[in-house]
Amino acid sequence: MSEYLLRAVDIVKTFTGVKALQGVSLDIKPGEIHCLAGENGCGKSTLIKVISGVYQPDSGYIEFDGHKYTSITPRESIAMGIQVIYQDFSIFPNLSVMENLAFNTELAAGHKLVNKKRMRQIAEEALAKINFEVELDRLVGTLSVAEKQMVAICRALMFNAKLIIMDEPTTALTKKEVAALFEIILKLKAQGIAILFVSHKLNEVFEISERFTIFRSGQLIATGNTSDLDDRKFTYYMTGREFENVKFKPAFEAEKPVLEVKNLTVPGAFEDVSFELKPGQILGITGLLDSGRTELSLALFGLRKVTGGDILVKGKKVSIQSPRDAITAGIGLVPEDRLSEGLFLPQPISENIVISEIDQLSNALGVVDRKARREEVEKWVSELAIATPNPENACSTLSGGNQQRIVLAKWLACKPDVLILNGPTVGVDIGSKHDIHAILQRLANQGMAVIIISDDLPEVLENCSDLLVMRAGKIVARLDPATADEALVLHHMM
Amino acid sequence: MNTLQSIYRKDRHIARLVIMMILWLVFMAITRFSKFYSIANFQTIAGKFPEFGLMSLGAMLCMITGGIDLSSVGIANMTSILMALYMRYRAANGAAISGVVIAEVFLIAAAIGFAAGALNGILISKIHIPPILATLGVNQLLTGIALVVTNGKAVSDIPTAFSSAINQKLWKVVPGKRGTMTGLIPVQLLFFIAAAVFVWFLLSRTSYGKKLYLMGTSENVARFSGLKVSRMLIVTYALSGMLAALGGMIMLANYNSARSDYGSVYTLQCILIVVLGGVSPTGGKGKISGVVLSIILLSLLEAGINRFPQISSYYITLIWGAVLLLVMVLNYFVDHPIARKKS
Repeated sequence: MSEYLLRAVDIVKTFTGVKALQGVSLDIKPGEIHCLAGENGCGKSTLIKVISGVYQPDSGYIEFDGHKYTSITPRESIAMGIQVIYQDFSIFPNLSVMENLAFNTELAAGHKLVNKKRMRQIAEEALAKINFEVELDRLVGTLSVAEKQMVAICRALMFNAKLIIMDEPTTALTKKEVAALFEIILKLKAQGIAILFVSHKLNEVFEISERFTIFRSGQLIATGNTSDLDDRKFTYYMTGREFENVKFKPAFEAEKPVLEVKNLTVPGAFEDVSFELKPGQILGITGLLDSGRTELSLALFGLRKVTGGDILVKGKKVSIQSPRDAITAGIGLVPEDRLSEGLFLPQPISENIVISEIDQLSNALGVVDRKARREEVEKWVSELAIATPNPENACSTLSGGNQQRIVLAKWLACKPDVLILNGPTVGVDIGSKHDIHAILQRLANQGMAVIIISDDLPEVLENCSDLLVMRAGKIVARLDPATADEALVLHHMM
Repeated sequence: MNTLQSIYRKDRHIARLVIMMILWLVFMAITRFSKFYSIANFQTIAGKFPEFGLMSLGAMLCMITGGIDLSSVGIANMTSILMALYMRYRAANGAAISGVVIAEVFLIAAAIGFAAGALNGILISKIHIPPILATLGVNQLLTGIALVVTNGKAVSDIPTAFSSAINQKLWKVVPGKRGTMTGLIPVQLLFFIAAAVFVWFLLSRTSYGKKLYLMGTSENVARFSGLKVSRMLIVTYALSGMLAALGGMIMLANYNSARSDYGSVYTLQCILIVVLGGVSPTGGKGKISGVVLSIILLSLLEAGINRFPQISSYYITLIWGAVLLLVMVLNYFVDHPIARKKS
């Protein structure tokens, strides 16, 4: 047997003239945890699809267990012991855990009639492999994201997998769940199963992987042992750019707070939350997924019914019943989920930028001043460096980082006094992440009050002048990011 | 040729509608030239299609929000019955129906339509009834009211001034009998043109139009963007109701009577027209030019088929269904080109 379980050598794959993979190679040893990293569009997903047989490479070959293949079909790939766990897990939400797990085996065995007892046995065996406990009769649609992922992993293990490929498995997981996933991955490794872990999150790569491979624009940039890798090198390999991490320091100290929140309560989400925010400040709010951080942002934006407490803007009490009220009061919100809350994806970039201020760009009869609109669009496209040849193109043509800039532009165009950002850099590539942080720091220094809600601890520690930690609907700690470290924040979060 | 190609590329959907229309006009020119290509024939077409054309414009607005309006015909019939009764009342003592009264009738009709449409909008936005059910319910309700008021009979004996005012033809340039000149442009067509220009202006030049498209793309994002979603929906369905009521007034003039079951085929026909015109049933997409083209295309098809006495008019429904499915299938293949995979 060769040293490597899988070798993909000089793989070239072209899509209608675009070279998605320009002769990349990837080697995975048996039983190792290998991290494949790279920004969106670097060819990670394409290579996975070549390995799993979904795409046929234009040239190059794949070696698995010492056998050489110039192309494989999905069926062969599964038979060889390669399993891919995609981001959407490919499980049936309307079926029970048991049915999901036993489905493939039942089909393969050609059983025409359903035998619950046999299916239960198959499912129980599958769950036992990673000691995962879940009620077999629960519908998969009612499980949490992490539990769904476990079901998908259990199902993958049923096929005597030798290599499990996980495509960005931590995207929708909370910190606790990520830790649980990593434990499972180590367990799998102990069973001799190799893991190809696809991610663009630096800390995860360091934490879990033994070796790494980094792609950029369809080319292999670096591969080696993770122990030889550091923060700077990683970022450089990913982006080809060097970044200075600038720790935020408020440029000035304002006297009066622009936003005061007093004993705010939304039943079932959070209670008795109080804080104040001055112009030029960046306030970080962190906490686990169920800590009430998202609900707090929605309440400040008029999307949750507040039962107690007051919100004061510039010293005056305001009643915020709808997003329109919030905008009038000078509050903007960059929401958590860009795709379902932030952007009209199929619509032009220009429309997305001006939608919230369209009434200001129109006359009394509601007729849009087209010149003013065009100028406004051009201004924001250049100010935030949104990379598009034509602002009339659909938002969906842009990368995550540029899409987030559009959402940012939409709110900046409304000239808010307070800008709340919930997960401002989720799903955004490293380069854009740095740019967005720089923009936020600049805005604060120009006098805007900013709230960053995020569970990306380096992000809040680096960019905030104040940090609140929420747990189970309450503010449990107020920390100074200049002195706090991740361990301390985590201690308060858990 | 290159400019033609670029026009085609710019909007394939509208280009296809134009091509279909040209093919049909050529076909009619070859087969039935003298019977089809007459001023009188086109005047008949232009006097008829505003009935459902006006309704379709409203249905289009609703479909851009991602909803649907099935109450157009109910609103049209109830309004025209009420207005017929109103005009009989005004003319009860032998009083003449003047232009002022006709204008008054149109204003009241528009207001009734607006209110009925607003009811749709309130049911949909405040009570969260799915548009298909809310508008179907309102349609049944209004048709029911119309039935009860009229006992299912037609309301006729309307002062003829109304019908003749709407049925006249303006711009007297066409040579008529005995050396006189008759008009060219049917008044009904002017109503439709005015409404189409109004809707075009709303959609492409006003903040309402911009908001409408975005709201149709995603109501949730619209809410997060600070749009007043409920108010937008109510206004949109109210506008649709108003346009439907105007369509009803054209029907009243064309038939010189009103009845609770006139034009019942229009309900679905309007939806077909709007979809055929390139408005996405999931919302957020669609142009008025496409809808106007599809209204005209269907009118020309119907009028053309009527020139073949051997073909029963029952075939019209069949042909419309076939045309609609053909367009949907073509759209599918434009949106999902075969053998082109993306990573």
